[in-house]
Amino acid sequence: MGKLFGVVLAIIAILSAYPIVAHWYVQPVDISTHGHAIDEQLADTMAEAGLSFLGAQLLLAFFVWRFSQRKPGSRVWNIPGGATLMVAAAFILVGTEILALGVLGQKAWANVYFTPPKPDAMQIQSQAGQFAFYFRYPGVDGKFGPLHPDKIDEGNSNFFGLDPANDVESRDDIVSAELDVPVNREIQLLMHAKDVGHSFYVRELRIQQDFVPGLDLAVHFTPTQTGKYEIVCTQLCGLGHYNMKAYLNVLSQEDFDKWMKQKISEQ
Amino acid sequence: MRAKLISITAALALIFAAALLHARAGGGTISGKVTYEGTPAKPKPIDMSKEPSCAKQHATPITTETVVTGPGNSLENVVVYISAGAPDDAAPSEPATFDQKGCQYIPHVLAFQVNQPLKVINDDQTSHNIHPLAKVNREWNKSQPPGTPPIVDKYDKPEFIPVKCNVHPWMHGTFAVLKNSHHAISGQDGGFSLPNLPAGKYTVTGWHESYGEQTQEVTISGSETKTVNFVFKAKPY
Repeated sequence: MGKLFGVVLAIIAILSAYPIVAHWYVQPVDISTHGHAIDEQLADTMAEAGLSFLGAQLLLAFFVWRFSQRKPGSRVWNIPGGATLMVAAAFILVGTEILALGVLGQKAWANVYFTPPKPDAMQIQSQAGQFAFYFRYPGVDGKFGPLHPDKIDEGNSNFFGLDPANDVESRDDIVSAELDVPVNREIQLLMHAKDVGHSFYVRELRIQQDFVPGLDLAVHFTPTQTGKYEIVCTQLCGLGHYNMKAYLNVLSQEDFDKWMKQKISEQ
Repeated sequence: MRAKLISITAALALIFAAALLHARAGGGTISGKVTYEGTPAKPKPIDMSKEPSCAKQHATPITTETVVTGPGNSLENVVVYISAGAPDDAAPSEPATFDQKGCQYIPHVLAFQVNQPLKVINDDQTSHNIHPLAKVNREWNKSQPPGTPPIVDKYDKPEFIPVKCNVHPWMHGTFAVLKNSHHAISGQDGGFSLPNLPAGKYTVTGWHESYGEQTQEVTISGSETKTVNFVFKAKPY
C-alpha cells in the first residue's frame, strides 16, 4: 500500500510540474518593447519553481516507497548536526535560488526602472483617485500647469485641480478618462495619487506600478501594437475598487493626431 | 343618526378644502427670469468609458452641468426661493425624487423641504454610492447596487448640500433643503414662478452652484404678479 502511494505521488508530481516547466500556459499578448524580458524571467522562474517542486515531490515519493514498511526493531537515522545544519542548508539553497533569479532578472527590472526614458518620450500625467483614472496631456505649449488640490472640482471635470484662470500653462492642458497613445512612441507616465494607494496595471504592457500618495513616481514604456487594452487598479483602494478601470488605446500616429485635435477642440 | 354625522363631516371637509383652495389660489405671484452676463465656461463632455452600461445610454456624451445656459443668456438650475418673510411650512408627504440614470443625477438640482421625504432611485445596471456632503445636517453615504429598493431619508435643517457619487467621480448634483414650499428652479428659458404668496414683504433669493447667491426684496399685496429678475456674473474659468 505504501509503495503504491509513493508511485501515485510521483505520477501526480510529474503531471503537475510538466505543463509548468514545458511552458504550456498561455500568456496574454505582449505589446511592449520590454515585455519579452519580463516573459523570459517569468518562464525561468516557473521552470525553476517547477523543477524544485518536482525534485522535492520525487524525493518524498522515494522516501514513502523506501520506508513505508519499517522492519520491527529498525532505528531512525538522524542527520548529524541536527536542526542547525538543516536550517543552514535550506538557507543557502533558497538564498542561492533567489540570488540567481535576481541576477538573471536584473536586466528586465533595470530596463523599466533604472534606465531613463529617451529625451523625446511623450510625457503624460496620470492621476488615480477613488475610483477612476484620469490622464493629462500638456497640450500645445508642451507644459503641465501646476496642481492645486484645493481647486479640484469633479462636477466641473476639474479632476486634477487646475487653475486656468491664473495659470496660463494649464489653459491648454488636455484631460482624458482614457489613455490614448501613439504606437511605437516611448511614453513616460508620471504617476500621481489623489487620495490613497492605487495601482496601474496593463497586463499586455507587462507593467504594474503602484501609485503612492505623496510620491510622484514614473514608468516608461513603448507600445508596439495598436488596440484597446484594459487598465485596472490592482491595489485595494476602497469600496469601488472593483470598478476602478480605464482603457489604453494604442493608436496609429494618424489616429492619435485626429484624437488630439478633437480633444483640443473640446477645450 | 350615523348617516347624518357622516354627511355633516363630509360637507364640513368640503367647505374647508374649498376655503383652503381659495386662499391658495388667491395669493400673489413672483415670477421672472434668471440670466447671466459675461462669458460662462464651456461645458465639457463627460467620458464614461469606464462604465459601458452608462456610456451606451448617451448617443452623444453628456456635458458638465455646473453651468447650464440657454438661448438669450438664460441660466438654468438656479434655485429661487423665499428666504425671509414666509412662515415655515409643514413638509409635504409626497417624496422628492432623485434619480440616478445613465450615471447622471436627474434632476441636477433638487429642491425640497425640511422633513420632506427624499427618495433616491438607482435606474442603472451598475452600483452607485450616493454621498450628500451635508455640513449642517447629518452626513451619510450609502451604496446602492442595481435593482435595490429606493433609499428614503429626510433632512431636518435647511441647507444646500452638494451630492456626489463615490464610484463615479463625474456625478455631481445638489440638494436644496428649504424651510417653506415657496421655491422653484429656473428652467431652460431661465424662467421661474413662485405662486400662492399671501400679501407681505418677502426676501427672494436666487442660488447658483457656481455663481453664488443674490437676494431681492419684494412686497406683495393681494393677488398681483410681481416680476423679479436675477442677473448672475458668469466666469470663463
